[in-house]
Amino acid sequence: MSGLRAAYGQTRVLHGIDFRLEEKSITALLGANGAGKTTTLRALCGMVRTEGEVRFAGRRIEGWRTEDVVRLGIAHVPDGRGTFLHLTTEENLRLGAYTSRDKTQVAQDLERVYGYFPRLKERSRQQAGTLSGGEQQMLAVSRALMLRPKLMLLDEPSFGLAPLVVRELFSILRTINAESGVALMLVEQNAAMALNLAERAYVIETGRVVLHGSAADIKSDDAVRRAYLGY
Amino acid sequence: MEAVLLQVLAGLSNGGIYASLALALVMIYQATHLVNFAQGEMAMFATYIAWSLINAGFGYWPAFFLTVGIAFVLGVLLERLVIRPVENAPVLAVVVVFIGLLVILNSVAGWIFSYTIKSFPSPFPGALGIRYMSPHQVGALLVTLIVLALLYLFFRFTPLGLAMRAAAQNPVSSRLVGIRVGWMLALGWGLAAAVGAVAGMMVAPIVYLDPNMMAGILLYAFAAALLGGIDSPGGAVVGGLVVGVLENLLGAFVIGNELKLVVALVLIVGVLLVRPSGFFGSVQVTRV
Repeated sequence: MSGLRAAYGQTRVLHGIDFRLEEKSITALLGANGAGKTTTLRALCGMVRTEGEVRFAGRRIEGWRTEDVVRLGIAHVPDGRGTFLHLTTEENLRLGAYTSRDKTQVAQDLERVYGYFPRLKERSRQQAGTLSGGEQQMLAVSRALMLRPKLMLLDEPSFGLAPLVVRELFSILRTINAESGVALMLVEQNAAMALNLAERAYVIETGRVVLHGSAADIKSDDAVRRAYLGY
Repeated sequence: MEAVLLQVLAGLSNGGIYASLALALVMIYQATHLVNFAQGEMAMFATYIAWSLINAGFGYWPAFFLTVGIAFVLGVLLERLVIRPVENAPVLAVVVVFIGLLVILNSVAGWIFSYTIKSFPSPFPGALGIRYMSPHQVGALLVTLIVLALLYLFFRFTPLGLAMRAAAQNPVSSRLVGIRVGWMLALGWGLAAAVGAVAGMMVAPIVYLDPNMMAGILLYAFAAALLGGIDSPGGAVVGGLVVGVLENLLGAFVIGNELKLVVALVLIVGVLLVRPSGFFGSVQVTRV
């Protein structure tokens, strides 16, 4: 992705962001409130008007419609989790596999995500709106997994969750990445957690990349940490 | 007692027709959050198409299924060509479009087919009649129940039905799982138009065919949809049957046939005043 710019109406939010994601890697995108993290994810999958260049597996995809980007294998776990509140847990998961026509594969994938998140299996017939915040976040991750994505974009998965739940979620994310080789791009305000999980990290500020490097380097650089990550 | 039973059964038959039209209203309401005032005229127009096909020499049932198909296609086209462009327009603009559609369909039907009242055949053989119901009443009730059952199975058990429900509820998340939301809405319009067409063809032998035939029926359907809760498909069906029976009983024993339509209006006003979400509708709470 290079020179990515995006705007909501008249308001420019991103001013030329460049980064690349490696296959099967975990990348963290960090920055303060309003830096443009969420917008970056939205720009990747055609949810906001964008300029610049976005390439996925060699194809230019900027300006594509969201549903077409998704069909390439980019799953987006949006902020606010995007739960279908009035449908059951299982219906939510089946929707994740909407683009798949292979019924046996969908059934297998369903078992697989229930394996990662047994709680969802217990609640499979329950209306998704009645799930707790943590369960809905698990549901959102699972719904994205049902797509069998090559790249999964996660927008603040830790938001509003208890620390214990966050830790559980992050360890499952690591397992998912290791087992299925799906690349993860993680937007987080919880920089410490994100840097522990990620291999590489980008720090953005008011719509520009100010820093990037391996997660370990960024984590160990005290000056950087204090200046941009605030801990 | 027998007279009451007679009215209840006749009411169920009419109620089935109100239920289908109410269901069509609910389907479009769920997708657009607006009541489609042109639903009745769409059904009327489809009934004229059926009438033309029958006159052109088609048998009743071929004409019936062909009409349902044509209505579906017209519904999809209507969404794509007329409703899509005002997708993000203010509510009132869309309401005006709906009313415009109503007037246009009504006048075009009058222009093409004339305002003379025509009779419309009933396909049901005399053997279908039972002691308290005419063959057409039994047949119409059966047909509506079949349509409702098919719709239920479609929305409940097929991936496409699930995707349509998802698209109506949460378009943003639907796009994120790859659902083509625009097409789902168009399909919804197609289905609503097809269901309306069935209702039109079932009611035409009773009220006769003319461009204004659905005006009263649509009012009952509004009352039914509101009574059941405007966002509840099951509620629309129950509401339709209740309105049908209520209308017939009150018409026969209390207020007389002339004031029957008032029942619908009183129900509409009453529900909106006392319980705007109807029996089965969800109460919308907005944090401000």
